[in-house]
Amino acid sequence: MALLQLTQITRRYVMGSETIHALREINISIDRGEYVAIMGPSGSGKSTLMNLLGCLDTPSSGDFFLNGINVSLMDDNQLAELRNREIGFVFQSFHLLPRSDALHNVELPLIYSGMTHALRRKRALEVLDHVGLADRVHHRPNEMSGGQRQRVAVARALVNNPSILLADEPTGNLDSHTGDEIMILFEELWKKGNTIILVTHEEEVARHARRIIRLRDGLVASDEPSSGHSPVRTLPIP
Amino acid sequence: MTLWQELKEGTGISLSALRANKLRSGLTTLGIVIGIVTVTLMATAIQGLNGAFRQSISSMGSDTLFIERFGWFNDSHEEWQKSMRRPVISFDQFDALSRQMTLAKAMTPITGTQLPVTFKNRTSRSVSILGCNEQFVLIGANTIAEGRFFSAAEANGGRPVCAIGSAIATNLFPNMEPVGQKIRVGGSTVEIIGVMAQQGNFLGAFSLDNRVIVPLRFYSVAFHRPLDYEIQIRVASMELLEDAKEEARGILRQIRRVPPGAADNFAINQQEMFITTFNRVGAIIASAGLFITGLSLFVGGIGIMNIMFVSVAERTKEIGIRKAIGAKRRTILLQFLTEAAGICLFAGLLGLAVAFPLTLVMNQFLPATLSLPIVSLALGVSLITGVISGFLPAWRAARMNPVDALRNE
Repeated sequence: MALLQLTQITRRYVMGSETIHALREINISIDRGEYVAIMGPSGSGKSTLMNLLGCLDTPSSGDFFLNGINVSLMDDNQLAELRNREIGFVFQSFHLLPRSDALHNVELPLIYSGMTHALRRKRALEVLDHVGLADRVHHRPNEMSGGQRQRVAVARALVNNPSILLADEPTGNLDSHTGDEIMILFEELWKKGNTIILVTHEEEVARHARRIIRLRDGLVASDEPSSGHSPVRTLPIP
Repeated sequence: MTLWQELKEGTGISLSALRANKLRSGLTTLGIVIGIVTVTLMATAIQGLNGAFRQSISSMGSDTLFIERFGWFNDSHEEWQKSMRRPVISFDQFDALSRQMTLAKAMTPITGTQLPVTFKNRTSRSVSILGCNEQFVLIGANTIAEGRFFSAAEANGGRPVCAIGSAIATNLFPNMEPVGQKIRVGGSTVEIIGVMAQQGNFLGAFSLDNRVIVPLRFYSVAFHRPLDYEIQIRVASMELLEDAKEEARGILRQIRRVPPGAADNFAINQQEMFITTFNRVGAIIASAGLFITGLSLFVGGIGIMNIMFVSVAERTKEIGIRKAIGAKRRTILLQFLTEAAGICLFAGLLGLAVAFPLTLVMNQFLPATLSLPIVSLALGVSLITGVISGFLPAWRAARMNPVDALRNE
């Protein structure tokens, strides 16, 4: 069974007297271990799809199964729990808590999942070390470079061992060099078995993925393997 | 995530938020501080008034009956006028009552007047002169501090002896032992054989220590023959108070020939009547006072609510981030509630710190101290104010849609 299964998903917004169809009965299926880029010009429904995939929002109609669970029917609190467990977010503008140091930022999802202090500290330090920030643990976001901040964000996304790493323009606020570094980190994470969904409008960034889904006017315009990459992973899932 | 963890996390968050906005938090706190100061002072003052009342009422003794022509509290002017026409209580009536009463431990007739009292060149004007028998000292809070009270023999013999109140002792004998000295009361010379223990003011109206107590028989000869007496009875025990009251009523009705079915033409008063009346009045004053001071706390609470709305609006993005990574509604709600409650609790402590020296000043006039119940009341009220005024903003934060919240810049 697919990790993510979207069937006939529609998302409408009512703006005053107008109804906007952001997504029109789209069908997408993503398996565990895939590295997918979602592309599209602004207004294509790209952000709406990301919000749905990230369980931040629910569809107006259609079925969305994540890991076999029907997300469409969930309430606010159930969604929060699901996001905490299954989704790791990496945002364009990092979205770190400004007053908290790197360690606390990374610990936060574990706090919400109810892990004990000692365990979550150990786990957070482990992940920070993993993204190469072992020496920046007690720095606040404003004491770090953009690349470092995004690494903290990646560490926070990974700390709960989520099913999906969902990145929204992860290099959008970074210079090309640090952007490349982040993409190399993603590549490593994918090779270790993480499922990565990348939302971007940059061809160059999307090319890192193994599959590209293009949206246009709320419909899937194309869904094909990325050029220059084989559609199937070469490493076994550990 | 357990409630405890959520509270702990919430406390951490609110502390850092408060640190980040020191001035703003401080100003907001001010409203609550003022509210808590006024509530604390009001509560302390009310408690002080109650204490003062109980202290002065205690001189009457809870096991004492006061039989008089008039009741202490009249419900109407008409009733008072009616009681003016009642026959006097004579000494013979006292005599008959004392012979028949079985439930009295001590009883005395009392009469009194106001006269100047002189010792050498010192004079106290308008001193209460009381005439009574030797059992006076066994009733209420009347006790001897120095020397002794007059005996039955001295009372029956009408000896010119007296016990003086502590105020007379300090006024007329500043550097002297009063016992054994002779004073001039009206036109007579009286020897002091004892000094009464200090009793203080009666409801702040008059001093119970500015008096000279002489044997009734001497009083009648030296000053004037009394027409109307008050009878004070100390009952055998507190449990027998009502029985004794009934006994005295029955005997008096018979002595004073009150026909069956007619109302008493005398009154049996007791301390409890004062307490009942005071409690009724006191409760009204207390609730009015606390209501008015509560208003200032209410204003402070509105300030907190205002600042919490600002805080929520400012941190919309933070709320979005927290929700995105798994914070539930309850978690966000508790976060902001803890913050509001924290501000208010802090303000409450500050208010208590301000109120404490003021209660010390108040203590000069009333037996009022900042007691533990008032401290816990103040802290409890500030905590509740925080929770109530923080609820609406916190609820708004908790219900935010994460997508919209994240988009907020």
